Amino acid sequence: MKGAIVVDIEKCKGCEVCRVACPNDVIAMAHEVNHKGYHYAFQEHQEDCVGCANCAVVCPDGVITVYKIKLSD
Amino acid sequence: MKELKLMKGNEAAAEGAIRAGADGYFGYPITPQSEVMEYLMAEQPEKRTGMVVLQAESELAAINMVYGAASTGKKAMTSSSSPGISLMQEGISYLAGAELPCLILNVVRGGPGLGTIQPSQADYFQSTKGGGHGDYRLIVLAPSSVQEMFDFAFLGFDLAFKYRNPVLMLSDGLIGQMMEKVELREQLPRTTYFDRSWTLTGKPDGQERNIVTSLDLDASRQEVHNQHLQEKYRKCQANEVRYELLNTEDAEYLFVAYGSSARICQKAIQLGREEGIKIGLLRPITLWPYPAKPLAELAPGMKGILSVEQSAGQMVEDVRLSVGCGVHIEHFGRMGGMIPTPEEVLENLKKLLITK
Amino acid sequence: MDIKDIIKPENLVYQKTPLMTDKPLSYCPGCGHGTAHRILMEVIEEMGIQSETIGVAPVGCSVLAYDFMNVDMVGASHGRAPAVATGIKRCWPEKFVYTYQGDGDLAAIGTAETIHACNRGENITIIFINNGIYGMTGGQMAPTTLKGMKTSTSPYGRDIETMGNPLKMTELVAQLPGTCYVTRQSVHSPRNVRRAKKAIRTAFESQKGKKGTSLVEIVSNCNSGWKLEPVAANDWMVENMFPFFPLGDIKVDGKLVNNQ
Repeated sequence: MKGAIVVDIEKCKGCEVCRVACPNDVIAMAHEVNHKGYHYAFQEHQEDCVGCANCAVVCPDGVITVYKIKLSD
Repeated sequence: MKELKLMKGNEAAAEGAIRAGADGYFGYPITPQSEVMEYLMAEQPEKRTGMVVLQAESELAAINMVYGAASTGKKAMTSSSSPGISLMQEGISYLAGAELPCLILNVVRGGPGLGTIQPSQADYFQSTKGGGHGDYRLIVLAPSSVQEMFDFAFLGFDLAFKYRNPVLMLSDGLIGQMMEKVELREQLPRTTYFDRSWTLTGKPDGQERNIVTSLDLDASRQEVHNQHLQEKYRKCQANEVRYELLNTEDAEYLFVAYGSSARICQKAIQLGREEGIKIGLLRPITLWPYPAKPLAELAPGMKGILSVEQSAGQMVEDVRLSVGCGVHIEHFGRMGGMIPTPEEVLENLKKLLITK
Repeated sequence: MDIKDIIKPENLVYQKTPLMTDKPLSYCPGCGHGTAHRILMEVIEEMGIQSETIGVAPVGCSVLAYDFMNVDMVGASHGRAPAVATGIKRCWPEKFVYTYQGDGDLAAIGTAETIHACNRGENITIIFINNGIYGMTGGQMAPTTLKGMKTSTSPYGRDIETMGNPLKMTELVAQLPGTCYVTRQSVHSPRNVRRAKKAIRTAFESQKGKKGTSLVEIVSNCNSGWKLEPVAANDWMVENMFPFFPLGDIKVDGKLVNNQ
C-alpha cells in the first residue's frame, strides 16, 4: 500500500490532531504559516503514508484529501 | 344554504383555523383560552383535514413549534392568554426577524403578572408596540364578535402569508368566552404550494439550500434586513388598515374602542342618543396598522373623543398621536378584569367630555 | 513511486463530503464541532437523504452550523431546537429532522424542550455536543462542567455545594420511554470518529424506522475555553471528561444497555 495526502493549507488551522492520529508519523507542521498565520500540516514523510485516512477522518476542518494505491507485488 | 352555529369565541377561532386550512396548532392551556385547544382535540382535525394539533410543554415550546412549522411554509397557529403570550415574546421576535408567517391568538386577561382570569385589554402596548426585542411589528387584528373570531383566522393567515409576518389576533376573555351565532365558511384546503424562495422542504438536487434565521452577524447586512422589514411594514400600513364606523355621520362625540369595548360602546351610543347626545364609534379592526388617517379625518368635527379600553389607557396614546392637538381627547377604562357597563361608559363621556 | 502517480482521481479514498460547504469553519483549531458536522453530513450523504432532511441549528458556537451544512436549515432560539424540530417533524413526518445542540443549549436553557421532545418520542435525531463549557460566550460554566473544573464563572473550580452538580442529560433522557437510541461518543481519534459516525447512522436509521427519539451525545473539547492546546485538550478530555461521561451506547432499540 502506498498513500498520499493533499492538505488544503489555506484552510488548515494547524491543530495537529492529524499529526497525532497518523500511525506512521507521516505528518509534520510546516515552519511557514498560511495567510491566517497557522503552521499548516504537511506530509513530511510521504514514503511512509499508507493511505489509511486517519488524518482526514479526525481533521476538524476537513482539509485533508487521501489517495491510496495498491502496489502489485 | 348558510351553515350557522352557536359557538363560543374560542371555539369559533379553532373552527376558523381548521376551515382556513391550518396545517398545525401548537398550544398550552391557560384560562380564558383553553377551549381553543380543547375544541381542536375533540374535533380531531387530523381526520378532517390532516391538520396537526399538539399540546406543548410550555408556551415557549408552543411558539417555537410554530416557528418550526412556519419555517416549512405550513400554516401554523398558537393561542394563549396574556401571561402565556408574554412567555412567547422571544419566539414572536424570532418569527418576525426570520419573516415567518403564523397566526397567534391572545385571549387577553387582566394583568400585570398572573393578574386575573377575567377579560382585559391591557396587552395593547405589548401587541402593537413590539412585545419582544428589536424593531418589528405584528399585524394585529381585534375581533369584536364571535363571528370575527372565526373570520379572522382566514384573514389572519392571508395577511401572514401576504407579508410573511406573524399576525396577532388580539381578543379578550369576553369575546373568547361568550357565545354567538356564527356563519361558517367552507373548508379551504391545507397548504399545498411551498415557495422554494424561503421554505424548508429539504434541499432539492441542483438547487441551493434554504436557511431560515433571524441572525446576521454582519451589522451592515443586518441593517439592510431591518430596512427591508420597515419597508414591508410601510406597505402594510398603506394597504391593510381596517376599521368600522358606527353612527358617525351626525356624531358630535366619538368613541374609539376595539374588541369587547366596542360592543359596550355600541350600547352606550344607543343610550346616549336616547338622551339626545349624538355619539359615534370608530372601531379599529387592525390595531396595527392603526387607522390613524380615518381617525384624523373624523376628529375635527367632534366636540370630544373618548377612548374606551379595559386598561389604564394604552390605545388612547395612538388616538392622540393620530388626531394631534385641537380636539378634546380623554380615556375611560376599567382594569384588572373589570368590565365597564354601557351606562358607566356614557356617564364618563358626559363627565369627561361634556360637563368639564 | 512518485506522489503524482498516487494522487489521481481513481485512487481517491477520502475527501470532504460535498454536503459540507466550502466555507471555512468558524470554530477554533482542533474543535470537535467540525468533525461532528462532517460525519453528520457524511451519514446524510451516504443515506441519500439530503433532499429530505431539515436541520435545526442552536445558539452557541454552532449557531452558524447552517453556513457549513449543505441541507435546508433553520436557526432556533437558545434551547428551543427540539421544539422547533417538533414543529417541523409534525408537519412533515416523512422528512428527516435533526437538531444540533451544545450543552448549554440542550442541558441548561433547553432542558424542558429536550426532555419533553424525548418523552413524546418525537421522531427526530438530536446531536448533542458536550464540552462542559459555554464556548461562544467565552468559557463560562455549563450544566455539564465537571466538579472542580475552572471556567470564567467558576474561576476557583465548580463548587458542587453552591453551583450544583454536572448534569448527565443523556442518561436522563435514556430513562424516558420515548427515546429509542441513546449513545455517548467522541470524535478525538480516528477510531472514535468512525464509531460516532456509525452511531449517527444508527440514529438516522431509527428515525427512518419511526422508532422514536434518537440522541447522540458527542463528548468534545473546547481548547479555548479549557485554555489548552488542541492535542492537550483531547488528552485532558480523555483523562477527565470520559470518567464522568463514559463513552458507549446507553439505550439501543428502546432497551437500556446493562448497568444503566
